Amino acid sequence: MDILSIRPLGDTALTLELAPGPGAAASALVARACEALDHARTSGQLPGLEEVAGAFRSVTLYYDPLLTGQEALLGLVHPLLKDTDAGEGGAGRAWSLPCLFDEEVAPDLAELPATLGISREALIDGMTAAPLSVHALGFLPGLPFMGDLAPELGLPRRTEPRARVPAGSVAIANRQCVIYPWESPGGWHILGRCPVPLFDIAWARPALLASGDLVHLRPVDRAAFDALAERARAGELDPDEFRTDGQPHA
Amino acid sequence: MPEIEILSPGPRTMVQDTGFRGGRAQGVPRGGVLDRDSLFLLNALLGNPEGTEALELALVAPALRVRGGKVRVATGGNLQGRVTRESDEEVLRLLRPWTATTLAEGEVLRLDPPLGGGTALLGIAGGIEVPRVLESRSTFLKAGFGGLEGRVLRKGDRLRVGSPGPAAGAEDLTFAAPPAPASGPIRVVPGPQDAHFTQAAHACLQGADYTVTPMTDRMGMRLEGPALEHRPECGADIISDGIAPGAIQVPGNGQPIVLLSDAQTTGGYAKIATVISADLSRLGRMVPGDRLRFAAVTRDEAEAIARTHRESLARIAAQTVAVGPALPEGRLDLRTLYEANLISGIIDVSRTDHFPGHLETPSPQEG
Repeated sequence: MDILSIRPLGDTALTLELAPGPGAAASALVARACEALDHARTSGQLPGLEEVAGAFRSVTLYYDPLLTGQEALLGLVHPLLKDTDAGEGGAGRAWSLPCLFDEEVAPDLAELPATLGISREALIDGMTAAPLSVHALGFLPGLPFMGDLAPELGLPRRTEPRARVPAGSVAIANRQCVIYPWESPGGWHILGRCPVPLFDIAWARPALLASGDLVHLRPVDRAAFDALAERARAGELDPDEFRTDGQPHA
Repeated sequence: MPEIEILSPGPRTMVQDTGFRGGRAQGVPRGGVLDRDSLFLLNALLGNPEGTEALELALVAPALRVRGGKVRVATGGNLQGRVTRESDEEVLRLLRPWTATTLAEGEVLRLDPPLGGGTALLGIAGGIEVPRVLESRSTFLKAGFGGLEGRVLRKGDRLRVGSPGPAAGAEDLTFAAPPAPASGPIRVVPGPQDAHFTQAAHACLQGADYTVTPMTDRMGMRLEGPALEHRPECGADIISDGIAPGAIQVPGNGQPIVLLSDAQTTGGYAKIATVISADLSRLGRMVPGDRLRFAAVTRDEAEAIARTHRESLARIAAQTVAVGPALPEGRLDLRTLYEANLISGIIDVSRTDHFPGHLETPSPQEG
């Protein structure tokens, strides 16, 4: 793969853009780059490199300026990425996450169909028919930015952000979908609730999802949601139950 | 194992070190102390390994009691206090900025609010035994993990103190030449989205005064000053990309926000420049109302400055001197009498407030 542009982020980080815009293909590319760079880092080929994190169409390298510099890092990273297959499919994992679409937990679900000019069924179909690709984690630990939603599901953020968005809220804006791992302020339109915890500091890798993962939202009814939420509260929900590619969660 | 009992916590006292490792790809910021320079110096003064956690406090300082053994602590450059007996207010001795001292079992340390406001650090020899997450003992309040139960300290908390290293020392120590107050502009490297801004915006960033506003916390520092204009064809929004502490993001209103330790890991506003690591600790000590200016350096210059900055901190750390206990008025000892008779013009190495950089710090004995 090629580096499209190199952007310094002070003297402790730099961002490499790998795709012209966001999307599932860009996320897959970024995930592959992160995997290759992390592998090189942990095997000692990139001294001074502390962390690698991908987002949408770029990867940011965090380094210690006492141990290396951007010039030296780029000298090693350029050939490494050149030799990294841009590939077709993603390097990510596949998930099926339950989601309750119900006005009781989703304050914007009632008005969204009218705002978008589609039926309630078309809205829920649009959210659940095909898997969404995780483009980045950010805003809150473990919070996935997923896309791309169909153009008919696109709308800007709410003009008045809410002071409190409950944990587990599934929300959309700008043709993307997020799930809030914690209660937080938020300006996205809430249309559902997911009972599966997305972050637990006790897990070996605390965030459930990663850039490049595919997430299929699966509609569940109130009874199924309550049962899952109860198991989550009791700490009995194993995230691996929701993997659909047969591989266990780290 | 000795413990520190929190008698009064102050509003925002928490455990912090140099931050999390490996969390950014998962949306976890680096976190850690706002003032990494002071953490480095305090750990050196205490004989701690580099990066050992300390207590970061803000606005109102805590009072704490030592239980179950001795505990050695050290004050940052803007922190002072007094040591009293367990149950009375009688002052046994004063503790000045940049001083390591050993507190005996039952002694109480009552700290003053940080000098000049802002945050301050109290170092502890041996560190604080809280579980590590993501290779760190830092507290991340927003998501409620790290440090002590992911929260600020409360009255009655007991912190288990780790084993001090062999270099911890026993007598009161300070630096022979404490760090001078930094002056001059805050240096930045242009980018990552410098091309999103007009020439006028770049000129403005490097010439105008900006004021720290009250909308400042561990996530970021909102500044107020001349608006930094985005080029009309670019606008303020970008496809979100990675953030590092020091990044200066500029939303549509043109008022810059300098992102700090707990900032989110990705952001969707154009970043005109990034504060260099050597100047980031200065920002961490600033308070609302403070004014600052920026000046651009190149990426290579910034990396070279990072190395010389660390060398200068290491030089300060390498030169420590013993100081006698600072006794309150009416409790003079021979050493204090000797110092009181020093003729003017001779620098008294036992008094940190006689050094450049501490001239603005009133001696507790005068206050």
